[in-house]
Amino acid sequence: MAALAVIFTVFSSANAFAQEAAAAATAKPVDMGPIHKSALFYVLLFLLLCLFIAIVGKALKVYELTRETQGKPEGINWDTVNAIIFALFLVVGLYGVYWEYSVHGSMISHMQEAASEHGKRIDEMFKLTLIITTIVFILTHIVLFVFAYIYRYSAKRKAYYYPHNNTIEKIWTIVPALVLTLLVLKGFLTWRSIFYKAEDPNNRPLNIEVVSSQFLWDIRYPGADAIVGKRNYKLTTAINGLGIDFNDKNSLDDLLADEIVLPVNKPVRFTLASKDVIHSFYMPHFRVQLNTVPGMQTYFEFTPTVTTEEMRTKLNDPKFNYILLCAKICGANHFNMQKNVRVVSEAEYKEWLSQQAPYLTNDLRKAFNLPVVAEEAAPAATEAPADTTATAAKVELDVKNQLALKK
Amino acid sequence: MSTISLHDTHHDDHGHGHHHETFLTKYVFSQDHKMIAKQFLITGIIMAVIAMILSILFRLQLAWPDKTFPLLETFLGKWAEGGRIKPDFFLALVTIHGTIMVFFVLTAGLSGTFSNLLIPLQLGARDMASPFMNMLSYWFFLVACIIMMASFFTQTGPASGGWTIYPPLSAVPKAMPGSQIGMTLWLISMVIFVASSLMGSLNYVATILNMRTKGMDLWKMPLTIWAIFLTAVLGILSFPVLVAGVVLLIFDRSFGTSFYLSDLVFGTEILPNEGGSPILWQHLFWFLGHPEVYIVIMPALGISSEIISVNSRKPIFGYHAMVYSLIGITVLSFIVWGHHMFVTGMNPLLGGVFMITTLIIAVPSAVKTFNYLATLWRGNIRFTPAMLFAIGLVSFFISGGLTGIFLGNASLDINLHDTYFVVAHFHLVMGSAAIFGMLAGVYHWFPKMFGRMMNPKLAYLHFWLTFICAYLVFFPLHFLGLDGVPRRYYAFTEFEFMNKWLTVNVFVTWAAIVAGLAQIAFLFNFFYSIFRGKKATQNPWGANTLEWTTPVERLHGNWPGEIPTVYRWPYDYSKPGAAEDFIPQTVPFSETMSSNLPHDFEGNEEAERIQKEWEAANKPVQE
Repeated sequence: MAALAVIFTVFSSANAFAQEAAAAATAKPVDMGPIHKSALFYVLLFLLLCLFIAIVGKALKVYELTRETQGKPEGINWDTVNAIIFALFLVVGLYGVYWEYSVHGSMISHMQEAASEHGKRIDEMFKLTLIITTIVFILTHIVLFVFAYIYRYSAKRKAYYYPHNNTIEKIWTIVPALVLTLLVLKGFLTWRSIFYKAEDPNNRPLNIEVVSSQFLWDIRYPGADAIVGKRNYKLTTAINGLGIDFNDKNSLDDLLADEIVLPVNKPVRFTLASKDVIHSFYMPHFRVQLNTVPGMQTYFEFTPTVTTEEMRTKLNDPKFNYILLCAKICGANHFNMQKNVRVVSEAEYKEWLSQQAPYLTNDLRKAFNLPVVAEEAAPAATEAPADTTATAAKVELDVKNQLALKK
Repeated sequence: MSTISLHDTHHDDHGHGHHHETFLTKYVFSQDHKMIAKQFLITGIIMAVIAMILSILFRLQLAWPDKTFPLLETFLGKWAEGGRIKPDFFLALVTIHGTIMVFFVLTAGLSGTFSNLLIPLQLGARDMASPFMNMLSYWFFLVACIIMMASFFTQTGPASGGWTIYPPLSAVPKAMPGSQIGMTLWLISMVIFVASSLMGSLNYVATILNMRTKGMDLWKMPLTIWAIFLTAVLGILSFPVLVAGVVLLIFDRSFGTSFYLSDLVFGTEILPNEGGSPILWQHLFWFLGHPEVYIVIMPALGISSEIISVNSRKPIFGYHAMVYSLIGITVLSFIVWGHHMFVTGMNPLLGGVFMITTLIIAVPSAVKTFNYLATLWRGNIRFTPAMLFAIGLVSFFISGGLTGIFLGNASLDINLHDTYFVVAHFHLVMGSAAIFGMLAGVYHWFPKMFGRMMNPKLAYLHFWLTFICAYLVFFPLHFLGLDGVPRRYYAFTEFEFMNKWLTVNVFVTWAAIVAGLAQIAFLFNFFYSIFRGKKATQNPWGANTLEWTTPVERLHGNWPGEIPTVYRWPYDYSKPGAAEDFIPQTVPFSETMSSNLPHDFEGNEEAERIQKEWEAANKPVQE
């Protein structure tokens, strides 16, 4: 066990510091000499610290023993010492919480306003919960540490024998219950308003399908029919990676997109599916998250309310982009499974959509015994990348995705 | 009164002298509950140290994603080629850290240690109901630990799909290297672990229900025993469900069934599985998984109740309310598992229902917190090391519990699910709080286990460094989560918006390293004091419970003579009229006439009459 402790010491102290030495030695055959030396240096430094602590400990012991032999009362009252540290901890801790809320709190400014309709309701819910919990957090901690300080041990005092008080106990059962009822009710209504939506026939949502796989998002927009065609995983081939069923005529005009572009203030309904493992479709700015599960489809409907441009002005950050991340562990590249998201005006959206290439290529037409349309497919194929590159000049990440897709 | 004294007779002739104990029967294949408790504790501590080293390794990667640490390659070989931890190994580190901490440290290490130690000692029994099964429980646990650690020595590495091992990631070997032999070992280890846990739990329940000493009715049991009892019940009812889930997963992995798998395509390879659902695993897993977090925290709450009462020199406030809230938590914990699945594609209707049950469970938790605070009020608090950790537990329980109100709310969970907010939440409420409960227990019952005292000053150093660093590590992580940073990310370098958190990550890693180093103070103190600590007195803390009536020299069978009888509840501290500020459970009311209160007699009219007569006779004397 002692050996374990030593190994542990080496690990935790040495590795952290070894980086300085390592930074210099990036060449392939690493010279371990200086690294071992620096590791040894930090181990020795730690042992020195231990020695220092041991000396302080011994000094305290000698001091107390001399007091004892002289018949004086204990020199250091550790109950008081600890009580004072608790009081200090309270003061410093409260300031620390204030600092966290203000400094780290301001670092999440781009999250502070939801960019979707339902997101605003979630934010309201969040604020209410935050206010209630912060009050409880501060008050209970003040009580806890102030009690620890005030009621520290004293030989002169006797504790107050107070085994129970039914009235008080009832109060602090009922009050939290009432507060939680409030939170549950509001939360329940918010939850229902997000997932149970009555469809408005005049404002049908835009259907988009997102299929996840390690470690990509494939996005499919419907064509003129506004319906994304069926998929059948058994039809997956090298040229039909998503297994789109082109026998379903709704599939014929589906469009391939390499980013998610959404018209502002129009409801959009995402159909989510996964090819291999569970991923999570997470767009934090819109307060949207739902897992993509192989073998079933999941749906999330919401309405984006702020365009990318508006958000950039609002945040005074010309580089701001909405983003789609994967939030469910899915393998080695989980940390880099992303897609760019843009919210644009209806006109821009229409224009963008008209430039997207259809999924159905001539190769696929042959595979599904569909008539090959030579003159239509060819220009579309050459046109699309050129145009995308043009828009990509505006949005850096676009290029990245395009390249990733080509790979 | 359900006390049984059968065991008194057969144990008296056994254990002293004529029963030869070899090194092997005393320290290795011991059937004595105290030795088994120590075995659980020391194994738990070793596993905790390993898990902590793993966490520091992945914290290094998070803090300095672009730097190389050539020393890592020396230790980890191909897992850290060129001195940088690989993404696959990073996920393995996260997974095994979680598995070890949740199951091996905070379930076996915490429950195993204190259930074994305290049930017979605090209830007045010679040993557990089935000492042999108790021993098996430990050895199964050790085998499970060894198998889990063995996966580090395989070609493809340990399981790395997260400690919740969601299929298909965990079920399909080609999904990631960790899902090959490493996952098989994980599953085998877990089946053995559950067997260990069940043998332990059944034993705990049997002992608590049948082997209490004379006078020890359920409402005279210390809160530690109540907590351990309800924890064992939870374990018995929920762990088998995990085994069912694990067995189905083994079938899917090794025998081609499709319980969790359907419609899978890896690249262009179409897998033959059809008809299963990955969601089924999540239901089975969390049906254990959620009670599991209460299995982790309830013993810690029980331990802290006892320690706070002893060291405040006050009865625990609202003993009955404490028990009822534990019962409430136990029952409710079975119907809240869906809150882990709000955004997994489960029917949203269920999400609403699980949100209601989840937020209800906050009520008993709140009652417990307020009762702790009320116990401190007007106490006479001695800051023993155990007390410091118990107060630390209350603080963590509040902080982490409150963030649970966010996550239990389905609509807020949409944006917080699987982010660092979750990481911060559970590390405070079940990580730090439960570890502090365990450490409090170790400091408090160390004299009972080893007959010696730990060094209090080193313990103060240990407490303050750990307490402060734990907050420094976990408090900032909430904000990463609110910013939308998902957990289990190998590096924050691929997203522009995460760059601002790199400095925070460096800070958090440093805090974690200091917290890690602080544990050396504990480890040194623990192992040094076993051999060289100051000799303990019989009742060093002035506590009321039965374990402190046993002699300092631990002996097989616990009490040299007859097992003491219990007359009162365990929390008569600072009772007005009593000579001392504590009255052990073994002191009959007839010896404490000056301090008896009417409700002590629980409606026994004869006793009340005697008390009244005594008071009438002694009134002038008192004035």
